[in-house]
Amino acid sequence: MSRAGANPSHSTVGNAIGVLDLQGDVFEHLDHLQRLGIDARPVKQIEDFDGLAGLILPGGESTCLARLLRIFDIEPVIVRKYHEGMKLWGTCAGAILLAGSLTGEAPHLGLIDIEVQRNGFGSQLDSFACEALIPKISSEPVPLTFIRAPKILHAGEGVEVLLRIEDFIAAAESADILVTAFHPELTGCLAFHRYFAAKCGLRPRTEEAAFDPSWNMTSWTRHARVA
Amino acid sequence: MDAKRYELNVQLAQMLKGGVIMDVTNVEQAKIAEEAGAVAVMALERVPADIRRDGGVARMSDPAMIAAIKKAVSVPVMAKARIGHFVEAQILEALKIDYIDESEVLTPADEECHIDKTRFSIPFVCGARNLGEALRRIAEGAAMIRTKGEAGTGNVVEAVRHMRTVNREIRQLVSMPVEEVTGFAKSNGIPYELALKVKELGRLPVVNFAAGGIATPADAALMMQLGCDGVFVGSGIFKSATPAVRARAIVKATAYFNDPAKVLEASMGLGEAMAGLEIAAIPKEQLLAGRGW
Repeated sequence: MSRAGANPSHSTVGNAIGVLDLQGDVFEHLDHLQRLGIDARPVKQIEDFDGLAGLILPGGESTCLARLLRIFDIEPVIVRKYHEGMKLWGTCAGAILLAGSLTGEAPHLGLIDIEVQRNGFGSQLDSFACEALIPKISSEPVPLTFIRAPKILHAGEGVEVLLRIEDFIAAAESADILVTAFHPELTGCLAFHRYFAAKCGLRPRTEEAAFDPSWNMTSWTRHARVA
Repeated sequence: MDAKRYELNVQLAQMLKGGVIMDVTNVEQAKIAEEAGAVAVMALERVPADIRRDGGVARMSDPAMIAAIKKAVSVPVMAKARIGHFVEAQILEALKIDYIDESEVLTPADEECHIDKTRFSIPFVCGARNLGEALRRIAEGAAMIRTKGEAGTGNVVEAVRHMRTVNREIRQLVSMPVEEVTGFAKSNGIPYELALKVKELGRLPVVNFAAGGIATPADAALMMQLGCDGVFVGSGIFKSATPAVRARAIVKATAYFNDPAKVLEASMGLGEAMAGLEIAAIPKEQLLAGRGW
């Protein structure tokens, strides 16, 4: 299992960004990364982690993702790669997996000092979209899609709040980890993916505007054609 | 529902991709399902196998029972309304569950009309046996499609038939010159604009899950390899000898559907699966998939 572990002094950080492919909106993230000209790939097996500069933990169901991470022994690989320099970004369920503490339950990876409340808004009827200016990410307002989203209640030391809305934190980052309670991969805005790529030390194509006019709701489906 | 609300509903279904949605009949089962890694639960009083056994009219479940399950778990909760029964759907929307399944497993309330789902804010999933049926439901406002299969049989054959039919019809549409689409749409009862969309995408524009007769990890992986985006398991889990173990195994096999070594691992030592029914042995009037059109 630990091929990289046999040679701990050798940095395995590469120039691709992976999307954890166990369950959830994997194709949507891959689609955004490819629009920026980034070498993007789904990550499912332990050997898939080799050569990643960064890993996105996508939206999905956090309990399902947490269980699969555990039974397939992927948790220690993510932690090890993180300590070797792989950057992390969790969107929605992914942010729950990365949180140092969860309201009323035990944390999972626990890599960033934030407290998260799962399903912080209610049912699907409480899901919503809005937009906000996040100067560090883009000079234009960024569309935000919250789907049965968690609330980040508290950010600890070394964690910078990127966006606060009313009583909760919607986006935050530490030196090596980005967390968003919303889903930039479900909008035509590439700014967050570009920001994360830069955080990973990659140079995404920057000639495009923050919004890709060719993106639409069904763009993800090109990764899942049946004919 | 406005266009933005419909988008959010389609996108919630996208979050369920690669996951397993499990039928549960009480709080205890709901907790077992959540702990096993279900991406959502379907709350209903009787699983399809029991509905089939009991006969009579099957209706929406008691909202008190659905509310209790909603309170007990944090994963999305779905519940079933009868085909065409828009008041049952209104009740479920007022209950603020996450998804309504307009389902042939219940006795249809209307043999001519399905629910006008565009009048609701809550998302709907509907069953389909072929491309035309799937696109008619999407045109009516469904945010997610599933195969009908033959629920409560533990027999995957009808789900396979429905998925293969949808795929075959999509392939036909994709390879067809545009001027033939009008005739294809007409003869298959397909809305023309949606037919063009499917031709462009090479798949349905919303997620399509497998449902009806899935009983083993191998069944789940089979449906995923046929191109489904995720899996519903109804009677297959809680009618088996070891529900918690089987639930976890089906979750594993669905996530790693393309990896025979992991599906093998998931298939080991599960105890007895639910008893199965051969479709040909079921009296024709008791088949569920033919309900709705």
